[in-house]
Amino acid sequence: MENGKVESKGELEDILESFSRLANGLIPAFHAIQNRYGYIPKERLPEIARAFNLSQADVYGVLTFYHDFRLEPVGRHVVSVCRAEACQANGSAAVIDHLRRKLGVDFGETTADEEVTLLPTYCFGNCACGPSVAVDGKLYGRMSAERVERILRGMGASA
Amino acid sequence: MRVYVPRDFSACALGADEVARAIEREARRRGITLELVRNGSRGLYWLEPLVEVESNGERVAYGPVSEEEVESLFDRNFLEGKEHPSRQGNPEEIPYLRRQKRLVFRRIGKNDPLALDEYRKQGGLAGLTRALTLSSQQIVEEVTKSGLRGRGGAGFPTGIKWKTTLQAVDDQKYIVCNADEGDSGTFSDRMVIEGDPFLLIEGMIIAGLAVGATEGYVYLRSEYPLARRIFEEALERARAGGILGKDILGSGKSFFLNLYVGAGAYVCGEETSLLESLEGKRGMIRPRPPLPAVHGLWQKPTVVNNVITLASVPVILAEGAEAYAQLGVGRSKGTLPVQLSGNLRRPGLVEVPFGITLEDLLFEYGGGTASGRPLKAIQIGGPLGPYLPASLFHVTLDYEELAKVRGIVGHGGIVAFDDTVNLGEMARYAMEFCAEESCGKCTPCRIGSTRGMELMDKILSGKKAPGSIQLLVDLCDVMINASLCGLGGMTPFPVLSGLRHFPEDFGYAKEEVEPLLQKV
Ligand SMILES: Cc1cc2nc3c(=O)[nH]c(=O)nc-3n(C[C@H](O)[C@H](O)[C@H](O)COP(=O)(O)O)c2cc1C
Ligand code: SF4
Repeated sequence: MENGKVESKGELEDILESFSRLANGLIPAFHAIQNRYGYIPKERLPEIARAFNLSQADVYGVLTFYHDFRLEPVGRHVVSVCRAEACQANGSAAVIDHLRRKLGVDFGETTADEEVTLLPTYCFGNCACGPSVAVDGKLYGRMSAERVERILRGMGASA
Repeated sequence: MRVYVPRDFSACALGADEVARAIEREARRRGITLELVRNGSRGLYWLEPLVEVESNGERVAYGPVSEEEVESLFDRNFLEGKEHPSRQGNPEEIPYLRRQKRLVFRRIGKNDPLALDEYRKQGGLAGLTRALTLSSQQIVEEVTKSGLRGRGGAGFPTGIKWKTTLQAVDDQKYIVCNADEGDSGTFSDRMVIEGDPFLLIEGMIIAGLAVGATEGYVYLRSEYPLARRIFEEALERARAGGILGKDILGSGKSFFLNLYVGAGAYVCGEETSLLESLEGKRGMIRPRPPLPAVHGLWQKPTVVNNVITLASVPVILAEGAEAYAQLGVGRSKGTLPVQLSGNLRRPGLVEVPFGITLEDLLFEYGGGTASGRPLKAIQIGGPLGPYLPASLFHVTLDYEELAKVRGIVGHGGIVAFDDTVNLGEMARYAMEFCAEESCGKCTPCRIGSTRGMELMDKILSGKKAPGSIQLLVDLCDVMINASLCGLGGMTPFPVLSGLRHFPEDFGYAKEEVEPLLQKV
């Protein structure tokens, strides 16, 4: 994720240009845009709608249906933690509690210093090796409060 | 000298990449030349990262190996298979693996999944080669005779589904692979895509030949980035190798395959929601009929099958329907890759013929709880599957036998819980999950799940508000009978099974809840 990077001219246009050729290009385009900006900039929705020949309401409707897409920027780091059953069976509650307390945020929120955004995930397919936590897309298995604390410290994000 | 370190999402989550780098570094430092192969995982997850060496044609496994242990492996000469505290011997002789009957997973974990020549050498493409000599009807016939049922959850006979699409007349038909694998406690689709991607490609081409479809999509969930990278590479290689494209293995027949990545919606695993999403829209459930087999992707006849269903097809074609149908029991034919997870000593992938008992899976394979506490309950068949108590562990893995105890096979996931679990809380979670993931099309699910959550909060507060259990049961009854799809329609299963088998977790005695549970 290249959150907050200054946009070079025409980047969004290029993404829209290549994906709007596909009959089902809107979701791949959202992925590409979010990959580039870290979120889907709201003020660009009219442009996106025009490229796909859709109404703004349609585009907004698709965008908000999917958990992956965000209309707000995220923190410098994104911590996603699995909330699903298999991880619960292995004690994910303690990991989640620890993250919430340490970061002082709830799911979907970003720390005041804009360092870390905490997100819930429903299964990484790492069920045999849970509890699972992903930091900036890198997955970690067999997490505990202590191990997650070490990772937080490693990224310089813990108080 | 060959050393194998899995490139598997879970193995990497446990440090496999770091271990691989450490092995290369240490070899260089010691002036040893070795070939590092990134294989798939064998699915013995409690041993991951599982490093294997090949010396004198024999494989010796070491695991779990941490980055820090790599030096000591070299010190003790693991390259010659020597003793080490983590030495596991020949991996295929580990009882967990030896006792399995691997058909779909026969190659996984042995080699570099992206080596096409290796795929051929290990029996790959034999099914496709045979299919190319058969008519569409004959292929459908073969799959029908095998007794294969959909492994995505509903267990619908694959041959019958294919026949419907074969008979639909249209200029364009599609094969869609459902790789959304949203169920907690499941990872077999991921393992196939990461560990033997050509197998899925082969299965999809055969499906295309069977129904007359020349184009396919794999709808992969976005939570699987490694699977995505591996599959993209596999597609390139299959195209370059003349397997995909205009002239499949020189036959003159064509099949084009694309990858499409979802965006984090559980409901998009339901096939009609998946098709909407694949068309680039909100994943709203479509009412049925029409069936996707007749009006599917862009209203064209479409086969939607799970990864494991499609990956079971090549072996059926290669070895014949009879050989496959001989495995299993009753109307549950062949093998199922069971995924053991949760609180177990030996979680992992267990591919076995249907008919094995849950007890065997949980204790002989799974080794009982990891915590050492009593195994209180399992959830079987994913987040929409029921919780079953130990008194039902004698039941066999079998669509019909499980149905008798209100169980489901689902996608083959079994999650084990020790006695610290509270089934009332799990019931609340099930309602919350449904509320979170509901597509919103119908009221019982959209509103019911939120009401269900509130009700569970009330019940769990311990105040025993009169009538609240009755209300919960009634709500579940409505959700089961009036929801448009399985999300709303099956969320009551984990809730009611918890209440039925563990009423004390809801603050009630068995006698209090039993009369209320009669009708559901
Ligand atoms: C809420 C819901 C989620 C589902 N998720 C999946 C899934 O992730 N993967 C899958 O293969 N099938 C899933 N299914 C089942 C599909 O609707 C469909 O039955 C299946 O893809 C058909 O393929 P099969 O016949 O090979 O099993 C889901 C069903 C429901 C109701
Ligand atoms: S049951 Fe839920 S997910 Fe299914 S159609 Fe109704 S609202 Fe949508």
